[in-house]
Amino acid sequence: MDTNSVIGTTNKKGQVITDARRMMFEAPRTPSFYTGSEVIKEAIRRANVDVMIAYPITPQSEAAALIGELFAEGYVKEYFRGESEFAVMSECAGAAFGGARVFTTTAGPGTMRAMENFPMWSGARLPIQMIVTCRGINSPLSIQPDTLEIAYLLNTGMLVWHAETAQDFYDWILKGYIVSEEPDVHLPLALCCDGFFVTHTKDMVNLTPVDMCLPPYDPYRSPVPCMDMECPPVRMMRDPFVMKSNYISYATHASWQQEVWAAVERSRKHTIAWIDGLIETENVDADILIVSSGTAVSQGREAIRLLADEGIRVGLVKVKSLRPWPGQEIREATKNAKHIIVPEFNVVGWMAREIKASVPNSDRVVCGPRVGGGMTMPPEVIVSEIKNALGIRSAAMAGRGS
Amino acid sequence: MIKKRLNIRMSGLGGQGAVTAAHVMAMAASKDGKFAISNPFFGAEKRMAPAESYCRIGIERIYDRGELVFPDVIEVFHPQVITMGKSYTMPFYSGIKEGGLVIINSDAPLLTEEDIQRLNDLHVAVFYINGTQVALEVAGTELSTNMTMIGSVAGITKCVSMHALDLALQERFGKKFVASGGTATLDEAIKKKFAKKEMLLQKNLDTVKRAYEMGVEWAEKNKYELQVAAMAAA
Repeated sequence: MDTNSVIGTTNKKGQVITDARRMMFEAPRTPSFYTGSEVIKEAIRRANVDVMIAYPITPQSEAAALIGELFAEGYVKEYFRGESEFAVMSECAGAAFGGARVFTTTAGPGTMRAMENFPMWSGARLPIQMIVTCRGINSPLSIQPDTLEIAYLLNTGMLVWHAETAQDFYDWILKGYIVSEEPDVHLPLALCCDGFFVTHTKDMVNLTPVDMCLPPYDPYRSPVPCMDMECPPVRMMRDPFVMKSNYISYATHASWQQEVWAAVERSRKHTIAWIDGLIETENVDADILIVSSGTAVSQGREAIRLLADEGIRVGLVKVKSLRPWPGQEIREATKNAKHIIVPEFNVVGWMAREIKASVPNSDRVVCGPRVGGGMTMPPEVIVSEIKNALGIRSAAMAGRGS
Repeated sequence: MIKKRLNIRMSGLGGQGAVTAAHVMAMAASKDGKFAISNPFFGAEKRMAPAESYCRIGIERIYDRGELVFPDVIEVFHPQVITMGKSYTMPFYSGIKEGGLVIINSDAPLLTEEDIQRLNDLHVAVFYINGTQVALEVAGTELSTNMTMIGSVAGITKCVSMHALDLALQERFGKKFVASGGTATLDEAIKKKFAKKEMLLQKNLDTVKRAYEMGVEWAEKNKYELQVAAMAAA
């Protein structure tokens, strides 16, 4: 029987275009000891990306340069450096409007500079994937991992996931395209990690076979027509709705914004299926739970070990997806907890706010410990915060400058 | 002392290869079948500016990331880390664990009476190695100083095997390696010191070996023991 399916055919690099479920869940994996930046490269090698647009900013520069290597090797069809992050994100929009699978990476001040584009991407329903390797955005300048920029991304209408490890990163880059390109979703994804702690850290990662790649993006699965500048679907190029202060234009805006957020909600079912739930839990029957995302989870895992040595049992909730927000899941996982500890790598505590808004008896939520400016959070600091909540005295810690 | 995890903090100056050293150690530990994580910590990439890296090696999965605030081993790659305070902690040994180890690359003692007393109180052993001199003698270039820091800590603690270090060096220097501009420039600089890539690998390995032997000898003489437990049989 004739078929138009591309599954089983090869691309020009000889990779077999593979059904995504088979590739991600069934294909054999090879353990490799890589930095997070190298892992981004290896995921993109297998992601059938059409266009990558780069701009240097620490700590994502290495990853951006490595994708340049992929372009030189022929795995990425188009690659260039934009004039600034704002230009990069606008150019990404152009490429996605044109029907390409688009990838970019940014960090900290770069994310902030480009911010205007992100709600535009969501509103235009462009399934661009952007890696955010979080770094400080404040002055005085910091290049270290601080997650404040994520707070700004939460209300853009983008999907926002927060990877803990390089393994999360590898799997979620590939799975992210699948979720984000679903016709009932079709939204951009901000795939965040804590810079340096993931990008520059060598860790063991299980990779899918190098001779398999994702099926290409099919722009005809888009819920809105591909942009044709000669014949736009609505006259938004020359007569944007904003210029018409009438009921129809307001109604159009309101309903379209609702539709964008409805699409975020509709991504839930796909996200749950692909990344095995919006949260991951361990021992949630314990009285004390650590709830957070990203590297704060890793530090929490170490704190749990230290406390276990002292006979104190602590459970864990790792929040994988921030948008859509797993409010119901967190409410269920924390229903028996007496103390909910929320360690964070930012000064405002956006994660604690989200959790407080999701759980009953929110005075159970301990908003901390927090470190700002990308400082390290030793597990001992989390241990001390937990002991404090339990009313146990802990020895003063020898800090810097002792 | 035998531990489930060995935390190594490497304090150096930009350009000395402290980041590379931590990565090579972790790669080697991983090849030995242990769990390992390595990561750097630095500001703007700049020669002679403080640069730290961390290598964690253990027998169970490691989650801890970022700066090593409570290390078992501290390696000082350059006297200025101590004499000019080019360190992310003051004093440079802040946070070291009881029974720990300090390895200092210097041809002269650098610690004050107070430092010596405080380290003694914590039963911390101090090993001086003139790593720059060893690198010049064995490899013919001070750019191999980081290899002596790898060798000495491996010799004293046996946290990685010489065979695994050989494999890790081949992986790091034997093929094309893309990193930041600064690292790429230094990679080119060290390649120019040797006629052939094989020579670079061999000389660096010889430097690691020499420092490894010095470490073994020192540990035996001083009856110092700090090791990672053996992996449980699968």
